[in-house]
Amino acid sequence: MRKLLLLFIVLTTGILFIARLFYLQIYDTSAAILSENNAVKQQFEIPQRGRIYDRNGKLLVSNQPSYDLMAIPREIKPFDTLQLCSLVNISKDELIVQLKKARKWSPRQPSPIVSKISQEEFAYLGEQMRKFEGFFIQKRSLRDYQIDFGANFLGYIQEVHQGIINDDPYYNMGDLVGRQGVEEQYESLLRGKKGIKYLQKDRFNRVIGPYKEGTLDEQPEEGKNIHLTIDAELQKYGEMLMQGKRGGIVAIEPETGEILALVAAPNYDPALMAGRDRSKNYSILDNDSIAKPLYDRALLGEYPPGSPFKALTALIALQENAIGIDDKVYCNGGMKYGSKGRNFGCHHHSSPLSLINGIAYSCNAYFGTAYLNTINKYDTPQEGITKWGEHLSSFGLGDFMGYDLPIGRPGRIPISKTYNKQYNNRYWGATATISNSIGQGEVLLTPMQMAHFTATIANRGWYYKPHIIKKIQGTDTLPKRFEEKKYTTISPEHFEPVIQGLNDVYNYGTATNLKIPDIEICGKTGTAENFIKINGKRVQLTDHSTFVAFAPKENPKIAIAVFVENGYWGFRYGGRIASVMIEKYINGEVTQKHLEDWVLTNTLDEEYAKPLSGKPFPINDGKKIVGKFLLETENKLVN
Amino acid sequence: MAIRSRGTSNFDWVLILLYLLLVAIGWVNIYSAAFDPSTTEFASMDNLYFKQLVWIFLGFIIITFILFLDSKFFERFSSVIYIVSLLSLLLLFVFGKTISGATSWYDLGFMSLQPSEFAKAATALALAKYLSDIQTNIKTIKDQLRALAVITIPALIIIPQPDPGSALVYAAFFFPLYREGLAATYLIVVTSIATLFIFTLLYGPLFVIIGVLFSIIGFILPKLFNTYREKRNKMYIITVLIIVFIATILIIESKTLILGIFSTTLKNILLSSLMISIGYFIGLIVKGKISEKQKPKYSRFLLVLLVVAGFCYSVNYIFENVFEQRHRDRFNIVLGKQSDLSGSGYNTKQSEIAIGNGGWFGKGFLEGTQTKGKFVPEQHTDYIFSTVGEEWGFAGSILVIILFIALILRIIQLSEKQKNDFSRIYGYSIAGILFIHFAINIGMVLGLIPTVGIPLPFFSYGGSGLWGFTILLFIFIKLDGNRVNEW
Repeated sequence: MRKLLLLFIVLTTGILFIARLFYLQIYDTSAAILSENNAVKQQFEIPQRGRIYDRNGKLLVSNQPSYDLMAIPREIKPFDTLQLCSLVNISKDELIVQLKKARKWSPRQPSPIVSKISQEEFAYLGEQMRKFEGFFIQKRSLRDYQIDFGANFLGYIQEVHQGIINDDPYYNMGDLVGRQGVEEQYESLLRGKKGIKYLQKDRFNRVIGPYKEGTLDEQPEEGKNIHLTIDAELQKYGEMLMQGKRGGIVAIEPETGEILALVAAPNYDPALMAGRDRSKNYSILDNDSIAKPLYDRALLGEYPPGSPFKALTALIALQENAIGIDDKVYCNGGMKYGSKGRNFGCHHHSSPLSLINGIAYSCNAYFGTAYLNTINKYDTPQEGITKWGEHLSSFGLGDFMGYDLPIGRPGRIPISKTYNKQYNNRYWGATATISNSIGQGEVLLTPMQMAHFTATIANRGWYYKPHIIKKIQGTDTLPKRFEEKKYTTISPEHFEPVIQGLNDVYNYGTATNLKIPDIEICGKTGTAENFIKINGKRVQLTDHSTFVAFAPKENPKIAIAVFVENGYWGFRYGGRIASVMIEKYINGEVTQKHLEDWVLTNTLDEEYAKPLSGKPFPINDGKKIVGKFLLETENKLVN
Repeated sequence: MAIRSRGTSNFDWVLILLYLLLVAIGWVNIYSAAFDPSTTEFASMDNLYFKQLVWIFLGFIIITFILFLDSKFFERFSSVIYIVSLLSLLLLFVFGKTISGATSWYDLGFMSLQPSEFAKAATALALAKYLSDIQTNIKTIKDQLRALAVITIPALIIIPQPDPGSALVYAAFFFPLYREGLAATYLIVVTSIATLFIFTLLYGPLFVIIGVLFSIIGFILPKLFNTYREKRNKMYIITVLIIVFIATILIIESKTLILGIFSTTLKNILLSSLMISIGYFIGLIVKGKISEKQKPKYSRFLLVLLVVAGFCYSVNYIFENVFEQRHRDRFNIVLGKQSDLSGSGYNTKQSEIAIGNGGWFGKGFLEGTQTKGKFVPEQHTDYIFSTVGEEWGFAGSILVIILFIALILRIIQLSEKQKNDFSRIYGYSIAGILFIHFAINIGMVLGLIPTVGIPLPFFSYGGSGLWGFTILLFIFIKLDGNRVNEW
């Protein structure tokens, strides 16, 4: 025993050491990662971000050099704070706050202290830099906007935050990343790849040469330039027309699915999101909770589509053989429906009407009947709704559609479950859902979806997924999903009568006064009732003005959807805007100046102010007064 | 067999080879740790690695000198050597030079000499001389105290220099004492104290006392029942299996925390059963061959429990109130209760990073990023092993560990062969000293024990250290070489 004690202890110690070595060297490699961190310095070379052009090669967004003053906190030696502050034009307190923040983030990693230093400041600062140990200047490229519109689809670039760094190790503190719009969608193409130089450091953080003879270094890759499908002229014109209104315009080239214009109103100047005042400007825009300029109504606004939806009701009815082209429906200011004989109201027009005139005059009774016939063809309304929904889905509706912008809403195509739930699983009939026939009720679409179904009708039943990317530098191909032709469940022959109806809307129907000489336009007006909640009460507001159109009738070049919140008649704002937009796009100039002038001189600011006034207000040109409740509640308070 | 041979064939060439290997590998790593790419001249006394090369060659002269001395010289003059060595330590208080806070050096102009490195060999000789004396009986308290005095006097002089690390090495003399017949009780008491100390710091006194209570219950259990021999073997196995099973669950749990919210209660139950099982196992062994029931002396166990409680609470008190913060920090970092990467923990952390950076086969000679960047403080001296770890990886580190273990085991093996008590005791002493240096230094570099500044034998940069260990080892080689001439 006595002879063995030391022997035993020596062997145990040896085994313990080997186990510990195994743990440190083989099992737990976090130490090795840390080592790369403190012995090897990374020096980044940030490439130019790709430029953005429009479909005609017009430069929209380029770059301007920008300089960030960066600091590695633990390398900072005492320095003349006042001199530094005056050089970069910040207050001492601000500098202290920034340094504290940098230290908290990481004492070893560079953090930005002052971002976006101007060219002039940089010129002076560059000469003085050696006085400030631990600081260095990182060159970046900032956006230089050549246009003052299109902010909603361009997006912007901003400094990365912690969450982004955690998700994608490519980014380091102070890097810029695209947010919103194409800047976000095509971030990986636009940003290129930053170059990295690895340098061996000693413990005093002095660089003592390239690490591994520079074999690990990576060369920077320039960002790729991209061309968008947007027509800058059309876009600019659309934004001009939408001034003083809220809503959206979406124009699509039916043949390709290319988005020609994507107007969201109100919008803002993209230049506000570049430069040192970005965050200040951002909060101003973000805090505007009434007009919501950052809210892209063209992509995010889900609205009842209103009458334009009737074209789809007609197509489905024809496909389902629920109504014949020449079948006429009587309309006496509406139609009676259901066992209780409720009235499905309509406006004044001649009666009875067949399909083409039904569309031209936008007869509710006609489409109510067509819709009921469609649903009732099936044994149960559930089945009918499901079938109906399938047709709509084949248009890509009720879904995010898969276009190449990072935001969107699916809209809503009601399914039988929606109603089962609404009626607590009790029996419900097709008549309960009759509002769907005229684009009211449970159906919701975004302006993007409305433009899209219009383009699909223009194509007589097929489409490409809408997209905004036209060309990527260095490649001839686009993402595959934009090159797949999709077909709807409606046979091509059913489109002709519907298109004729849409054409007659211009010829003698609800948009007669919007005719553009020499262009055969097919369109449809829409007037959508809408409600908001004020103090918990449902209040009706002035109807939304919607309009969809495509032109020319044969070989259509443009399909457009216009949506103007609270614009009342579809004709009034939507129709005028759509018509002049079409003329602008096809002829390159606008001859119908009276339409343009009317739109430019009329704004809806007054209309938008009404629900905020706290007083009862008239809607729909004074035909109705709403908001009495507000007075009541006020009285109650007084009492 | 009265051949008075001075021939080289009598020296143990295994030890000499191991020595040369360790010194050579050590120098290669010092070269890497001290390498400065901006210096082009190799043979300059400004280069630490060149200096070390000089010390190594001077070491060879010392070796020759030792091997040519008469082997009886060391035994005869051990007392003189011991006293000279004590004087050299004492005179430090008058003539000493202070390097990094410790007044442990004589300034010789061209180099600094650290007498404590040589005092180890002197003490080993003196202890061997005293214990091998026929009149000494290590079983008596009087002689134990005298032996203790021989060991502790140099240690007590070294502590206030201050150099507690070097003083700690004198604990190594426990091994020869034990080998020569010191009662095992000392061993048990010392290990128990150390265990209780560590566990008190880790989990607090109350936790430890409850743990001890459970082990005592387990310890008493076998006394209360008849345990027949056939049954006993089975019980040994079952108890060991239970201990291993519970310990495995607890280890897995501590790594993965799968037990979640139930863990506190469940873990306490598991820990209690573990303590009872361990106590039961020891109880079984201690009960030995007796099969019948015994009446346990409960008062004695109560006393043990009281002593343990007293000890744990005083450790706690001393730790919290007597220790200074930097001491507490060192313990807390090693016990994993605290991590401080900029203060005391920095050295250890940097050393762990460098070693972890090595992987299986290391970064290669002069390629270690941490070594190149000089991130590990004192890397050429106390932290030299981190260079091995980074540049030669797991493979190189294991080789060095095996070489050290081989050296120590070879010394033990040869010691056992000695016909003369003096040589055997001396052999055990130096095996102990080398082991303590090896265990504490590498333990510290690997972050297993608190930071204690002592060199790795033959590896760490420094003339005094290298010569001290060389003398220590080669006196033994000389003594061993003379074994055939003893009779």
